[in-house]
Amino acid sequence: MSTLEIRAPGALSSIQDAGRRGYRRIGVPWAGALAPQLMRIANRLVGNDEGAPVIECFGGGLSLAVREGSARIALTGDADARLLRDGEATPLAPWRSITLVAGDELRVLGSGRDRAVTLAVAGLECPPQMGSAATYARAGLGGLDGQPLQAGARLNAADAAGKAEMVLRKPPERDDEAPIRIVAGPQADHFDDAALGRFAGSDYRITAEADRMGMRLDGAALAHRDAGSREIISDATVPGSIQVPGNGLPIVLLADGQTAGGYPKIATVVSADLPRLALRRPGDRVRFELVTVSEAESLARAAETLTRALLAGIAPLGDDGIDLEALYTGNLIGGVVNALSPD
Amino acid sequence: MTPRMLDCGDTAFTVEFGNLISPALLAAVNALDAAILRHRDDPALAGIIETVPTFRSLTVIYDPLATSREILESALARLLEESGDAAAPEGRQWRLPVCYGGEYGPDLEHVAAASGLAVDELCACHAGAEYAVYMLGFLPGFPFMGELPPSLQLPRRSEPRVRVPAGSVAIATGLTAIYPWESPGGWHLLGRCPAPLFDASRAAPALLAAGDRVSFEPIDEATFVSLSADCEAGRIDPQRWCITGAERS
Repeated sequence: MSTLEIRAPGALSSIQDAGRRGYRRIGVPWAGALAPQLMRIANRLVGNDEGAPVIECFGGGLSLAVREGSARIALTGDADARLLRDGEATPLAPWRSITLVAGDELRVLGSGRDRAVTLAVAGLECPPQMGSAATYARAGLGGLDGQPLQAGARLNAADAAGKAEMVLRKPPERDDEAPIRIVAGPQADHFDDAALGRFAGSDYRITAEADRMGMRLDGAALAHRDAGSREIISDATVPGSIQVPGNGLPIVLLADGQTAGGYPKIATVVSADLPRLALRRPGDRVRFELVTVSEAESLARAAETLTRALLAGIAPLGDDGIDLEALYTGNLIGGVVNALSPD
Repeated sequence: MTPRMLDCGDTAFTVEFGNLISPALLAAVNALDAAILRHRDDPALAGIIETVPTFRSLTVIYDPLATSREILESALARLLEESGDAAAPEGRQWRLPVCYGGEYGPDLEHVAAASGLAVDELCACHAGAEYAVYMLGFLPGFPFMGELPPSLQLPRRSEPRVRVPAGSVAIATGLTAIYPWESPGGWHLLGRCPAPLFDASRAAPALLAAGDRVSFEPIDEATFVSLSADCEAGRIDPQRWCITGAERS
């Protein structure tokens, strides 16, 4: 066994997994990783099941130390991280596993162009509650005592000494300019005829009111058809639902979003693009593009095919621990080789 | 009754039976929900992750890698034909304690003024009516209940509160509810209920279920404080406030 201690949790670090299914009818959202693909890759890099609990570091700033044993970890996403060993800080590349030993400290300084990065730990222990370890703080579910990680918290994981390190040689490509695809409805008919075109045709800015529940957007206001169209008899929402309250500015619901609501929903973000939107930062601009339901279903299948291809590309790092292709930043090489010599 | 099929992206669609809150629409929603549950082993329904019944519609959430909207819509069309309106499930009856007014019910006097009732009359009117639990949602265990007596029906607050304390008993439009958790909210706050509405350690985490019937019993502040402490410490079982029907868990 290995033991890790959270030294500083950063803005919002929480344990997440594939999410809690089956309880939306009693008001419990899925929660779970904002970017399931990052969770799946990180878990596979350390030898876990794809949907095992991971640490989602939202907003950067996580610092954790290994107190006992050896822990195999992997970061995925646009992570800026350091390994502190014997008083020396070296950069730590994402998209590969690495074994930390007692005394080592991992610091996630930032999440680059994204809102969050994912940290998997081999054999991370977090018992499921209502079928999932995903933290949903509002109802105190999952995680450690139902809350985001706190300074001083201890996590148990597998002892990882002596296993081969793994690497994803070609990390997922990103296109931050690509539009976010949406399907019109369920209440597009509550808006005036121009609203849908305006929504899909203009830039929106992600405001500071953005978290795991949802994100408020700023941009062209969307007019409801009439005063009576500003509210509906509450019906079910899903992750990706785009609510438009009376002020006309859209709110996209995410993993922790409420399960029902009384604002009309002009459109729904397709599942293939929701993680990409969820990871955008306040101030970022996004543009939406309309697709049909069957196009959206095809996009979901294509995204899964791509993720499976990425997972199949995970391979042993090699005996010498040096993988020039993975160390895509040239000046990392010295540090990472250093960090790679626990044995 | 031919429902409308509303698009909710590539992982869900909503079967909408109408546009009002009525027992007939609720029955249609529950009938389809029950039919899906009954036929869950039917290969045509494979890939449904969960269903979410609300006042007037059923949202079907599915895995687009395992099925498609087209497959599910035709399977549901068959179920809609064969499923009549299911009898409403036999709900339990509850009498839940509420401490009205003061810091617990900051909108009590405003609502009294707006409805032309004395504060005492308002409390008696709200507590004495019997409400059906129409659906749970918005927050874990949050019960949407109605129908509120007509004299108490007001629009939502124009300025939602950033913070509504857990346990708050609230009204808006034709509905009343209890906030199980602290959250933002736009309803009018009349009082506070000490019963824990959601506990993940219970077999049925939500205390109330759709179909249950609820009325309220006014309590004073000292009783509220004492009951809250007892609930928090696990010294009392909230089932004590269930006055009919077997415990489901």
